Amino acid sequence: MGILEVKNVNKRFGGLQALGDVNLSVEENSVHAIIGPNGAGKSTLLNVLIGKLAPDTGSVLFDGQSVLGRKPYEINQMGISRVFQTPEIFGDLTVLENMMIPIFAKRDGAFRMRALESSVNEKEVLEQAGEMLESLNMADKRHFHSASMSRGDKRRLEIGMCLAQNPRLLLLDEPTAGMARADTNNTIDLLKQIHDERDITIAIIEHDMHVVFSLAQRITVLAQGSPLVEDTPDKIKGHPKVREAYLGESA
Amino acid sequence: MLGLNGRDTTLLVIVAALALLAPFILNPFPTDSGLAQFNAGYPDLMQRFAIFGIFVIGFNILFGLTGYLSFGHAAFLGVGSYAAVWIFKLFTYNVVPAILFSVVIGAIFALAIGFISLRRSGIYFSILTLAFAQMSFALAYSVLSNPKFNLTNGETGLQVYADDPQMFHGDHLPNLPHLFGLSMRANYEMSVGAWDFNFNAGYYVCAALLLIMFYLSMRIFRSPFGMMLRAIKSNQTRMTYTGLNARPYALAAFVISGMYAGLAGGLMAAVDPLAGAERMQWTASGEVVLMAILGGTGTLIGPILGAGFIKYFENIFSKINDNVLHGWFAFLPDGLEDFIVAILHPFIGKGWHLTLGILFMLVVIFLPGGLVEGGQRIGRLFRRKSGKDDAEKATQSTPAE
Amino acid sequence: MDAIILQILNGLDKGSAYALIALGLTLIFGTLGVVNFAHGALFMIGAFCAVTLQKLLSLSYVVIDETKTDFMGNPLKVQAPYVEKWFGPEIGEAIINWSVPLAILFSIPVMLAIGVAVERGLIKYFYRRPHADQILVTYGLAIVLQEIIKYFYGANPIPTPAPPAFAGSVDLGVALGFDPNAIIYPSWRLIYFAFAALIIGGVFSFLQFTTFGMVVRAGMADRETVGLLGINIDRRFTIMFGIAAAVAGLAGVMYAPINSPNYHMGMDFLVLSFVVVVVGGMGSLPGAVLAGFLLGILESFASTTWATTTIPGINQVIIYLVAIIVLLTRPRGLMGRKGVMED
Repeated sequence: MGILEVKNVNKRFGGLQALGDVNLSVEENSVHAIIGPNGAGKSTLLNVLIGKLAPDTGSVLFDGQSVLGRKPYEINQMGISRVFQTPEIFGDLTVLENMMIPIFAKRDGAFRMRALESSVNEKEVLEQAGEMLESLNMADKRHFHSASMSRGDKRRLEIGMCLAQNPRLLLLDEPTAGMARADTNNTIDLLKQIHDERDITIAIIEHDMHVVFSLAQRITVLAQGSPLVEDTPDKIKGHPKVREAYLGESA
Repeated sequence: MLGLNGRDTTLLVIVAALALLAPFILNPFPTDSGLAQFNAGYPDLMQRFAIFGIFVIGFNILFGLTGYLSFGHAAFLGVGSYAAVWIFKLFTYNVVPAILFSVVIGAIFALAIGFISLRRSGIYFSILTLAFAQMSFALAYSVLSNPKFNLTNGETGLQVYADDPQMFHGDHLPNLPHLFGLSMRANYEMSVGAWDFNFNAGYYVCAALLLIMFYLSMRIFRSPFGMMLRAIKSNQTRMTYTGLNARPYALAAFVISGMYAGLAGGLMAAVDPLAGAERMQWTASGEVVLMAILGGTGTLIGPILGAGFIKYFENIFSKINDNVLHGWFAFLPDGLEDFIVAILHPFIGKGWHLTLGILFMLVVIFLPGGLVEGGQRIGRLFRRKSGKDDAEKATQSTPAE
Repeated sequence: MDAIILQILNGLDKGSAYALIALGLTLIFGTLGVVNFAHGALFMIGAFCAVTLQKLLSLSYVVIDETKTDFMGNPLKVQAPYVEKWFGPEIGEAIINWSVPLAILFSIPVMLAIGVAVERGLIKYFYRRPHADQILVTYGLAIVLQEIIKYFYGANPIPTPAPPAFAGSVDLGVALGFDPNAIIYPSWRLIYFAFAALIIGGVFSFLQFTTFGMVVRAGMADRETVGLLGINIDRRFTIMFGIAAAVAGLAGVMYAPINSPNYHMGMDFLVLSFVVVVVGGMGSLPGAVLAGFLLGILESFASTTWATTTIPGINQVIIYLVAIIVLLTRPRGLMGRKGVMED
């Protein structure tokens, strides 16, 4: 039994079968990649996983509990954090504040009124945020206005914000899309380091095969809304069905 | 001090000094001089400064922090006034219960309206608050003033009549709103040389509350709660996926700002025991938006500056007429004098709203940070100049080393 | 039955005004993505186009009429409009009487010019700014426009009568098979409704059957893609703003005889028109028209004596109540599309 279990999920948009009988099991503490050509249903699947879309049928279990019907913030509180294709950070806030908010969310839950306490007196939150920035090598940027940073730094910060919550599952949606090679490699190294240092499961949806094969332990190939094969990277590389799905070659 | 850092404490002390010394500061011109009309140190206007200051500080907690633009905040001000006058009518002229009740009523209304309006964001939210405010206005103006059930007294406005019960009113107490016997109209006039200064009980009650409310808003700005509100404005997607439920945060901000508005409405009734529906019209809500934007939303001091600016110039502009202008430009040749007066004519007197509208547009277009940003830009200009001097000195001194 | 028809008819004139303003608001919102708080002011300026033309046509010089005397026995001074001098008394008088319909011709170029000037001079710079800023700057513009009108025309309503031919009422009851006098309806309001229907039909067929309209509709659906196709969408949007301004202006011109124009009529209509847009569904043109008429008619029913004695003042709040209920049960409005303004 994996930490994330997707069973018989179907989703139709009008006449289009976006997801057909998707079954997927993500092992705890693994790095699992979901790949597939454009329109294979990767984004739809992701949106189902984080509670943005409700599937027509099927179930999604995280650590034995259903995530269906829950709001995105509830799913996060269960231990799933999400990294977006374009970095979603609090652009108007400083880097340090960006890092404090997830720590508050972890400690105080989805809503807690702390209107008359002072942020600068929250010693332990500040300390944790500082440590996190330290480990991201961003401590010198703590008072930067976060919107003014480079895309690579924003991505780093976003991943750090997710990690600050100690999630059990980290979902990444094409984390290196639109990045320069150097930034891509930095991100790969960062994710490797995270996986080595922590008890964390990483599920990654990705286009870039370089990223996938550098990171993943298991790979699921989606095509036309259904899983085509699931295997280790080595087996996937030479798999005839995958070549067919990607290149249109007949097997 | 008081849980504030050094800069905030300084700001609070400055605001406190300004508020307490307002009767002096706002009356710089001798009473008999021609410039006396630019004095603003009379009770009525000073009270308005403080009351609108409170109103706009509250509005800024919502709009400045969360970015939710409400076009219906005057509704809370209006119900606050009605609540206070009802306390006067039924129980006592003491302002303490009246003000407390107006805050409670403001909160209840804000909770109900906010609960529904906050189901949507962006312009939907603005339009919903607008619709609610106009509905409240219509309710107050006509629906709730019928003979069967007269809650607001319609067009005439709600006021205290001699046959009202006033259960706790004693004969020894003033027959006007009072603070434990001290009439809100009590006024002490101090004459120093050619100057007259007014110290008014009503004003000082308002000013004391302004300070308390300003202090509370500072605490909110610097709190984790305030940080969450700024997170709402900055990126709601990230907020949701960080495990935070944005709606109760926004609703709490909405209710807090509604309480500020209710308090402002209660104070209006406290200094003048009358409540009318026109206070709730959406143009009145628009006015508080103007104040906040003009001063600088999201900053602590900006909205108060905006309120003071608008209320002061509204008052001054309405006093300037063509004769005054002719007086000012008398030094010019006649033709030119008439020409300038003719050009300025549309903007003065009753034309104040035109001036305000143009000013507001200019601020939105060129100075989104309002007066505060304007001040900062000017400050930076000076600093850059002196900075350049320093740099020049530095380069000059290099060869010598 | 006849009472119901009468109330429906009574709702049509306000409903037409709501529909026309809401149509323009939706066009601007759908194409440019801008929430125009100055749209009510454009409606008001339209009404003042009618006022202005009437004043211009009535410009007079003084003549001394030898045939009449005043009470002192002196010859009477008479105001004689220039148009009567130029075109002869009968045609001249007709021109003055028909100044409101003539103002349609006068207002179209004026409103188009104002619309294009506002878009090029102001709105253009706000496409990339937050919606709140757009609301604020157009709100400021609305205040400025309204104060300018107040400066030139004063604060009091200015009566602007319809042509005498339409001044009376028609007995619609007979035409519909009811008793005479059952449904008496002012002729001008019928004209107004027909006019509104014409304009709405015109706008829709323009969007439906012309290439220009097709591009605009495509732009409403997906601005970026249309831009990528190398179509200059910006110029079309400028023209669209002009057209929306003209629609609001025409609604105002023809409304002048129904309610004497005053400087704040724009603001009064603006709030209700927003409610109409939201009820109809943000970004839906048919929704705006439908909701405009529905709410106009609903308001008329709520204004009946029966309704106002049952719930005093219901006519004042009914529209807001309906709007709140619609938004709570159908957050996208009656005909709103998914994904419009949901951020």
